[in-house]
Amino acid sequence: MEILIQAAYLIAAALFILGLKQMSSPVTARRGILWAGAGMVLATLATFMSPQILDSDQVSINIMLIIIAIALGGGYAWYSGKKVAMTDMPQMIAMYNGMGGGAAAAIAAVELIKASNEAAHDVTGSSTVADMLGADVAILGILGAIIGTISFSGSIIAWAKLDGRLNRSKLLPMQHVINALLAIVTLGFGVAIYFTNSIDTIIIFYLLALVLGVFITVPVGGADMPVIISLFNALTGLAVGFEGYVLGNAAMIIAGIVVGSAGSLLTQLMAKAMNRSVANVFFAGVGTDAAAVSGDGSEGVMKEIQAQDAGILMSFASQVVIIPGYGMAVAQAQHKIWELTQILTEKGVNVKFAIHPVAGRMPGHMNVLLAEAGVPYDMIYDMEDINADFKNTTVALVIGANDVVNPSAKTDSSSPLFGMPILDAIDADNVIVIKRGRGTGFSGVENPLFFADNTKMLFGDGQKAASELIQAVKEL
Amino acid sequence: MIEGLAAIYIFMLAGFTGYEIISKVPVILHTPLMSGSNFVHGIVLVGAMVALGIAETTAQQAIGFIAVLLGAGNAVGGYVVTERMLEMFRPSDKKEKGEDS
Repeated sequence: MEILIQAAYLIAAALFILGLKQMSSPVTARRGILWAGAGMVLATLATFMSPQILDSDQVSINIMLIIIAIALGGGYAWYSGKKVAMTDMPQMIAMYNGMGGGAAAAIAAVELIKASNEAAHDVTGSSTVADMLGADVAILGILGAIIGTISFSGSIIAWAKLDGRLNRSKLLPMQHVINALLAIVTLGFGVAIYFTNSIDTIIIFYLLALVLGVFITVPVGGADMPVIISLFNALTGLAVGFEGYVLGNAAMIIAGIVVGSAGSLLTQLMAKAMNRSVANVFFAGVGTDAAAVSGDGSEGVMKEIQAQDAGILMSFASQVVIIPGYGMAVAQAQHKIWELTQILTEKGVNVKFAIHPVAGRMPGHMNVLLAEAGVPYDMIYDMEDINADFKNTTVALVIGANDVVNPSAKTDSSSPLFGMPILDAIDADNVIVIKRGRGTGFSGVENPLFFADNTKMLFGDGQKAASELIQAVKEL
Repeated sequence: MIEGLAAIYIFMLAGFTGYEIISKVPVILHTPLMSGSNFVHGIVLVGAMVALGIAETTAQQAIGFIAVLLGAGNAVGGYVVTERMLEMFRPSDKKEKGEDS
């Protein structure tokens, strides 16, 4: 039996890796998730046969509890995952990721409490958790516990922030110093668990780690959230890998560590796309300091344009590049934009979509949102591929995007955005910006593009503005 | 059964594998891939099942129950959202067939 279970885990691990591999190309991506899903089902079913579970004194009640927990947790996740709007996907990922971290931490808790009980009732009376588990298992178990717990509470904060339930970016003065101290104290309790057999130590340790996760995440600026979610994703992977070692489960080790390293790299790629280092994300929040609000206040006036005129401009353009931002998705305007694109294409206009690496809430999020509306992925261009093309563009249509087209990222070294690569929409002959109001973007930084000579503002809700444009273009 | 040096080998090779998978990914797949890897660490469910399976006291059962609950949420939720995202990726030749949702 044991050999069959191990074989099932091995196949599952292979399916995960092959699945992830296939997910790295748009052509095979869909098959990839199916493979990984098959691996998960296989591993789960095999675990029901596990002698560790079947030899337990309370086998029947425990198995019943397992089935109930899977039904409840899985049922809730299935329902919420099916229901969530595409725009809210990032916070959903954060939430599920937090659950994984919490599960890893809970596994560690069971093991540590068990070892602590055994140590306390040991004949010598002075045994420790480390004596019971062995040094390697104890260390990795405790490390996995702290990482998993931080990922759990941190991800929940990330979810709450992205979901608009939490807007604070400051909890306490000298937050970073407090965080550092708290981290040291938490680690101290982790060490204490190792050398003692006290349940209280374990409880305090978990509470501290929970608070630490909250404290780390709260000061992070909203724009940096994707980096944090990606980091927590990697951390959960690591925690799962460590707990896999504790349980002697190869599938968990492999899958966890693969995700840990893949997630770390992904985190770096995202941070790089935003021109922020990972450390920077943690220790400075854009838009939270006074520096962001001051700026030079970008002199000049915004020039308004009516949908009618914008429609004419676009109908007779040779090339239109659409730059969508999260605002478009919030206004649910992507379907209208795709309709507009189709009409323009019929009129012989060359339409392209330009996507900034951090458009939406995560790299690639905007591509998903456009794909949902039906935009084929070969009309969508990355920043590096399209930037040189703006010079040949008659109209750059910016809808719901702001910071990613802010030229001060290139020209103004005092801007908080300085150094972030941007889409050079300003190079186009005309720039039309669809915007709800005159406010600043996600980062709270003024955008000189809106005041540029070749820019015209089309004020209004994204969906309504897009409908008006369609109307205007159709009438010609 | 997985001890010492063997474990270090597994950790190392798995680390390289993860790095290798991500390093060639186009930006458009970053979000689905993060979601996909989020699903893969849902394997924690398996460990949670064992943790609950070997629980002896009520407290351990309670924590184990939470572990399985959260692990199942991770695995199922991760699968559903990844699958939904990837379902939408289609090349332009299909757009003529009137799939305007």
